[in-house]
Amino acid sequence: MRDHRTFGAAGASRRGVLKWAGGCVAAVAALRHGLVGLAHAAQRAVWPAEAFRQTAEPNLLRLYGQAGRPEESEQIALEVPEIAENGAVVPVRVATTLPDTTRIALIVPNNPFVLAASYDIPKGTDPSVSCRIKMAKTSDVVALVESRGRLYSTSQSVKVTLGGCG
Amino acid sequence: MSTIRVRALAEREAVTVQCLIRHPMDSGFIKDSSGSLIPPHYIETVVVTSSGRTVFTAYWGPAVSKDPFLSFSFEGGSKGDPLSIAWTDNKGQSDSVTTHIL
Repeated sequence: MRDHRTFGAAGASRRGVLKWAGGCVAAVAALRHGLVGLAHAAQRAVWPAEAFRQTAEPNLLRLYGQAGRPEESEQIALEVPEIAENGAVVPVRVATTLPDTTRIALIVPNNPFVLAASYDIPKGTDPSVSCRIKMAKTSDVVALVESRGRLYSTSQSVKVTLGGCG
Repeated sequence: MSTIRVRALAEREAVTVQCLIRHPMDSGFIKDSSGSLIPPHYIETVVVTSSGRTVFTAYWGPAVSKDPFLSFSFEGGSKGDPLSIAWTDNKGQSDSVTTHIL
């Protein structure tokens, strides 16, 4: 199940084959063929180590098979404060009306490690997550949503007065 | 004593789950009072299952705040169903709890 081959520089291919780092490749392939039940049975909780090691947003996106930040979607609601007084605890909420959402990720491009959190949303679970994150300094917060094999994003800038990295 | 406090409530359309996990979520970037870096210690994976199916999986990194909070909803669950939450961290520590949907 640990097939770490990448899908090359396919970018945001129309058929939407995405390597969501550390995720189960078999699950992605099964989703492509609509065998959602099989995908969920096959899905294992493998922490995506390589994704969490990335220190630059473009490199993380490349790991997800994207050439750049994916298309901005109005169907993603991202709630973050405009100003975070305490960078150690910044509340974030993401909800989406994109259909058949399978994953949601939170990226903070100005953090030392850009991926803050990633969530697997199985069928039947509401595509909505809340989290409290640390931000080192003023940065965008980017919500990435995978819907039907394609990635979408939205982002908002959060001004941080007291950084969350001490 | 468990590090996990969870409440799962069956509402009309979905079961809502709210969970608070006690964990330092040390990023590895902060120094202690003597000036040494506190090593990273953070939850990596949280898996929530109910009646044999996985209803939510969270992958966390050092940027998630201390004592992380988790909240989500899922369909298909009923009052009385079991709900389990399990986490593992980067040091190989783990905890889990099973409760029932209220």
